[in-house]
Amino acid sequence: MSNSLPAIEVQRLTKVYKATRAVDGIDFALAPGSITGLLGGNGAGKTTTIAMIMGLVTPTSGSVRVLGAEMPRQRYRVLHRMNFESPYVDMPMRLTVRQNLKVFGLIYAVPDLNERIKEIAAQLDLTDLLDRPSGKLSAGQKTRVALAKALINRPDILLLDEPTASLDPDTADWVRGRLERYRLEHSATVLLASHNMVEVERLCDRVIIMKRGRIEDDAPPAVLLTRYGRDTLEEVFLDVARGRAHFQEAAQ
Amino acid sequence: MNARTASGAGFSARRVGAMVLRYWYLLRSSWPRMLELVYWPAVQMFMWGFLQLYISSNAGFFARAGATFIGAVLLWDILFRGQLGFSISFLEEMWARNMGNLMISPLRPVEFIAALMIMSLIRLAIGMVPVSLLAIAFFGFNLYGLGLALAAFFVNLILTSWAIGILVSGLVLRNGMGAESLAWTIMFVMLPLTCVYYPVAVLPAFLHPIAWALPPTYVFEGMRALLIDHTFRLDLMLQALALNVVLFTAGALTFVALLASARRNGSLMQTGE
Repeated sequence: MSNSLPAIEVQRLTKVYKATRAVDGIDFALAPGSITGLLGGNGAGKTTTIAMIMGLVTPTSGSVRVLGAEMPRQRYRVLHRMNFESPYVDMPMRLTVRQNLKVFGLIYAVPDLNERIKEIAAQLDLTDLLDRPSGKLSAGQKTRVALAKALINRPDILLLDEPTASLDPDTADWVRGRLERYRLEHSATVLLASHNMVEVERLCDRVIIMKRGRIEDDAPPAVLLTRYGRDTLEEVFLDVARGRAHFQEAAQ
Repeated sequence: MNARTASGAGFSARRVGAMVLRYWYLLRSSWPRMLELVYWPAVQMFMWGFLQLYISSNAGFFARAGATFIGAVLLWDILFRGQLGFSISFLEEMWARNMGNLMISPLRPVEFIAALMIMSLIRLAIGMVPVSLLAIAFFGFNLYGLGLALAAFFVNLILTSWAIGILVSGLVLRNGMGAESLAWTIMFVMLPLTCVYYPVAVLPAFLHPIAWALPPTYVFEGMRALLIDHTFRLDLMLQALALNVVLFTAGALTFVALLASARRNGSLMQTGE
């Protein structure tokens, strides 16, 4: 893949459900190897945006291109190079961790699958859990299994929807460390929807803030902090969510 | 291009096999699921088998017609269990909230459907083979003695069951789990109309066109012709096959349309109620 092409390119992307504009004409392009946070309150349009990038939802208008393929029309050109993790999508509970990873590994045509399962299990501290049913794992263990499924095909594009939701701070920090390492080792492009500002500040080199389906701001975390005159991204988020962004700019 | 994984282009038998493996793991992990495949066909077969024994103790037509009951119940189970086997495998993904993982994977709808059809055959074999052997042991009814006719009956019934299974799956994808009950009940609408236990002539005249529009009707009429008159009605089987081609094509096209609609209205993101 040429590095001059964006890994993900979204142009005038709009999604309307009946009378609701879930996503309203947004544009952005993600450079290969970048990690971008998608911030916004509930109903801001983050999940719908990610769903359109994955080809799960058809845009009302505008376009999404992933690794040069138009989504969802050309999705089968690139889906094997992408993956997704969300605590809101489960793995089959009755299957063991190994069985789940084997099924998804076959679907993604992962070469040397048994070796890959061993490798990913070691990386995510799952080796002792491989023969346990997925439904009998703790929340933290399930998140690690979901992450193993998301990384099984060594994706070039990794989409994450609140990957550390409902995890204790220690496990969440551990997961962030693994994500950071994966991105560095594989030069993967990561798009991360999150409500966790600490997570976004730690992981992301760019932040897109959405509100009511539109992009309110788009900049590296440090630039956002300067622009809003705040010390943390959480304060920036609250400024945007509560409509105080313009006051800050006026004050500056 | 990522050289570490093969391209997702084209139909892949490996992906179909992956899905069959997924359902096989599930099936073998739960003995109640295995038992469920066998117990209801067995209960039905015994009930109708004993009724047949009672009827055949009478002379004349009823003695000859009695043999059709146990044949009908076994063929009906191929139709009903074939559809249920397809639909339950599909519903397992909804119950497991795993549909999102599949829909963003390289698995194509045609591969998913192929896997569901294979699982329908596997579940049917697990349920029907023991029951058909019990029918021989208890009532001397050898389903396999129907020979090539059984193959014709089976092909037509399984095609109908898949067509209905595909349609129901599309409706569940589009409308969520609110449409789940269709998977359990839709075949029972066909039970009286396809004339499983009686000839079409028994129905009121205004229902005849509806009955003859359903492929299984031809199979059950063909079975009675074989068991009572010892005549294999190839004409009925060919008419059933022609109708099945239409029904299966309509089911597949409707599934594709419902899937596209689900992508438009976002229902693939919400696989609950």
